[in-house]
Amino acid sequence: MKILVPVKQIAVVDEDFELRDDGKDVDPDYLNFEANEWDDYSYEAALNIMEASDGVEVVPVTVGPDDAEDVLRRCLAKGGDRGIRVWDDALEDANPAVVAQVLAGVAAREKPDMILTGTLSSDRSYAQTGVALAAALGWPHVAVVTGIEWTPGDPKATLLRELEGGLVEKLSVECPAVLTIQLGINTPRYASLRGLKQAKEKPVEELSLDHLGLSGDSLAELASFRVRRMYKPETGQAELIEGTPAEQAARLAEIIKELKGAA
Amino acid sequence: MGEILVIAEHRQGQLNPASLEVIAAAVALKEESGHKVTVAVIAESPDDFAGLVAKAGVDEVVKVPVPVASFQSDTYEAAVLALAEARKPAVIMCAHTVDAWGYAPAVAARGQFGCATDVFEMRFEAEGLVAVRAAYAEKLHMEVDFPGKETVLLTVRTNVFKPLEDDGSPAVTSFEAPSAEAHTEHLTFVEPEQTGDVDITQAEYMLSIGRGVGEEDNVEEFKELADAFGFTLGCSRPIADNGWLPKSRQVGQSGKTVAKCKIYLALGISGSVQHMAGMKHVPNIIAVNKDAEASIFTIAKYGIVGDMFEIAEELRDQDS
Repeated sequence: MKILVPVKQIAVVDEDFELRDDGKDVDPDYLNFEANEWDDYSYEAALNIMEASDGVEVVPVTVGPDDAEDVLRRCLAKGGDRGIRVWDDALEDANPAVVAQVLAGVAAREKPDMILTGTLSSDRSYAQTGVALAAALGWPHVAVVTGIEWTPGDPKATLLRELEGGLVEKLSVECPAVLTIQLGINTPRYASLRGLKQAKEKPVEELSLDHLGLSGDSLAELASFRVRRMYKPETGQAELIEGTPAEQAARLAEIIKELKGAA
Repeated sequence: MGEILVIAEHRQGQLNPASLEVIAAAVALKEESGHKVTVAVIAESPDDFAGLVAKAGVDEVVKVPVPVASFQSDTYEAAVLALAEARKPAVIMCAHTVDAWGYAPAVAARGQFGCATDVFEMRFEAEGLVAVRAAYAEKLHMEVDFPGKETVLLTVRTNVFKPLEDDGSPAVTSFEAPSAEAHTEHLTFVEPEQTGDVDITQAEYMLSIGRGVGEEDNVEEFKELADAFGFTLGCSRPIADNGWLPKSRQVGQSGKTVAKCKIYLALGISGSVQHMAGMKHVPNIIAVNKDAEASIFTIAKYGIVGDMFEIAEELRDQDS
């Protein structure tokens, strides 16, 4: 039994930053890279299933360049014996539709019994990859999952799906399926120093598009949009309260009093 | 004349008001493109909603009966793909909601449509449709287009477009969607737990804490501060997820909308779209955050770039 967990290295922009020369993204010098928060929860969910049953393998997979391996090592430090990283320069700036196709190629090789991934990533917030992956595989899928009852081998899983306003839906899904996992479903564990050390020794398979029978040209046709430009939105609507913290607090208290009086 | 196809959304017998916002966005797009606006109602009893979406500017309401009462992703995908196949719309639009997250990317992938999610601006230019969405925690906006795509699917950010008030008299038609094999089954809805806690939707003055609070032990001092000022304590998602405050105190898309709030003091909250969905309408938002670029400052009336603990400490002195 196997659970495949697509994870992503996300980019966080510095407080002050500049755009790339082509204006289509942030200059990489101003980007820091981290693991996507949502994927901490999906990976934890997979580990929980693994630990509750015998003979379950959890395999993290990422689509990213060399340094994206850190994200896999961080996962492997928490559990799991091996990871997979797919990269090709043609995947730079790839759309979620393209990443989904690449992940479908990995799933075709690995034949997992379930795929758990984050609902979205905090850098671009597309919230598309998981469900597009399910479409590419022709698999059942459920998005924004906050509860999983499933024992590997079961033909169906019972899930909770978080809706708006605190409402939750209980539903069942046929397996294998792709589930996109929402924050709060569990409490992700930390990677221990010992785990991180051990993770360095664990194998990470590096795959090219060739390995997956894909080509950059065929994937380019799947692109569902093209970025024309990025720009800083107009900001600064707020009237900033300046001064020392004591002065700021005094003014704040005054404002609150005024607003309450007017309300 | 091309077509803009809006997919309406409903739950527990209620039309999602966000669908009316999407209709408004579609009607605005119609004015510059000349495309007709069609609203599809995919439901067990489409008649229940057909009248509600018949707003001024809508040219056609198409009723799509399906055998399920609740949202079911395979059913929606099959229906929307069949509608797209039959009508070749230039644009398909739906609200950027949890249900849409569950089917729209699959529709776009299967139809090989252009697709952009969480869009809050859209227009036609000489080269075609252009959509604007955010990136990097709202610090940037990105403008995207869809070269070579005959159909583009957009999920539209909620609380951006003002719903149209005037009713219209669109043509009403029916469409038979192909039957879909459903791989998920709705079992039940679980209502939010009644904790007996304060109902934040009724609070007039809110003090909300976010990730900046750091750890659970720090929550109490902000509870005391809120009490001292006569504010109700609320929070953003991470605080509720960690169990530091009950879920009933969470403001946002998956929490509560603070409908009656007049003053909202946001401490250590950067302002994710999901959080802002629950408080963006408040007339007096005051934000305290270390990050001068935090998106909460774009909607706040007053802002302090600073440490929430320092400000809180000074505020306590102010009160005494």
